[in-house]
Amino acid sequence: MKREVPIIITLVTGVFCLIGFFVPHPAVRTFYDSIQQWVIVIVGATYVLGVANVLRVNVQQVSQRTHDWPFKVVLLVGLFATMIVGFAEGTHYLDDSSKFSWIYRTVYTSMAATMFALLAFFIASAAFRAFRIRSFEALLLAIAAFVLMIGRVPIGNAIHPAIPAAADWLMEIPQNAAKRGILIGAALGVMATGIRIILGIEKTYGGGEGGG
Amino acid sequence: MSFDLSALRALDRRWIFLAVALLTTIPLAFGFHIAPVSPSPRARGFYEAIEKLPEGSTVLLAGDYDPGTIAENYPMHLAAVRHLMSRNMKIIGVELYPGGPPLADQVLHIAGAEYGKREGVDYVNLGYKSGNEIVMSQMGSSIPRTFPVDRRGVPVGQIPVMKGIENYEQFALLVSVSAGYPGTKEWVQQVQSRYHLPMVAGVTAVSAPEYYPYLQAGQLIGLLGGMAGAAEYEVLIGHKALATRGMDAQSLAHLFIAFMIILGNVAFIGVAKGRKG
Repeated sequence: MKREVPIIITLVTGVFCLIGFFVPHPAVRTFYDSIQQWVIVIVGATYVLGVANVLRVNVQQVSQRTHDWPFKVVLLVGLFATMIVGFAEGTHYLDDSSKFSWIYRTVYTSMAATMFALLAFFIASAAFRAFRIRSFEALLLAIAAFVLMIGRVPIGNAIHPAIPAAADWLMEIPQNAAKRGILIGAALGVMATGIRIILGIEKTYGGGEGGG
Repeated sequence: MSFDLSALRALDRRWIFLAVALLTTIPLAFGFHIAPVSPSPRARGFYEAIEKLPEGSTVLLAGDYDPGTIAENYPMHLAAVRHLMSRNMKIIGVELYPGGPPLADQVLHIAGAEYGKREGVDYVNLGYKSGNEIVMSQMGSSIPRTFPVDRRGVPVGQIPVMKGIENYEQFALLVSVSAGYPGTKEWVQQVQSRYHLPMVAGVTAVSAPEYYPYLQAGQLIGLLGGMAGAAEYEVLIGHKALATRGMDAQSLAHLFIAFMIILGNVAFIGVAKGRKG
């Protein structure tokens, strides 16, 4: 029963949601909407579980003084400081002048944007150290990279209008053809996985051993 | 005549970092205007989709990004809101990224102050809701049930701009500003294809190729790719701002990376000869 009940629940809700997607009749729609509301609530609740898991893992690592444990302390201090400030400010935590907004703007925003900006430095370094043109395919890749990098910024058009035109051609014809293939393949894969889950062939969602 | 490339091969990467830092910060600080920004057909599609709407239409604005991609998404988000408000559109904002709502608030407040628009009357930010595609699907049944209150906790029934808004049928356009999942792709799959709501998108440069099939199929009417797309859009709306200012830095950084690929391969040729010899 421990295995059968989740499979039956998945089968029934899976088939019902599939029907609900296509059938707008109120009898179907009302229950379909309720299921979706449940999902929204359940997903919201998983955030609490996520925080609990972050706490469990990091407190354990700090107490065991594992590698990089001081960073875990920073994470925990940041987590609690933000939560305490947010709760202490009550309904005013969204005000522009609130301490919570200050943390968001000056700490979170700055750090997240910095992480993204670092990419430029690492890409430049990797371009020098790792992008070796050793074969004809690598040469094609390099030419495409040059055309796209230069053609996608205003200086490309200033050098020669053919560069952005070539960049557009690359994006709209070869790139698009490959992307379509990937999208269609991925969609078929998602459908196959969905059918496997609904029919109880794929059981990894239940923490089991996997597909059968 | 031979060149000793060993010094080049041993180039300390901190010199590369320094060059990138100078090439990006100096143009940002002084604004050289190396080359004019010329709008692409994709940016024109985005612009014209909004231009063609009757004044006063209601638009759904999805701001699905967080500060991690602020450099690319924020300028296009702000430009889109400025464009919508300049044409007196009503804006209903939603976000499916937990870190997104303050940024959406910011762009709505900045543009709202510029165009004399009032929160609740001309625009509202409904905020974040967990559930990804389920939220999109649920909004198709009932937006007031999916978002019973706005971001500040005001019941949607008391918000004038929400009057008469029940589901996607009341919107003239969906504007998706997206950094990844959940974002533009999911809005196309769950909303555009199901409810046939016209849609435009502004996305990060790295994810833009993902959306070309939707653009070519007509599911997206316009597409802004990265900061360059945002700059093109700023030119079209006649309000050059953050993205246009960033174009010199991006142009020089791209040229430098291309140069680094060539330089790295020149150094590699030296290594290959050395090994053979």
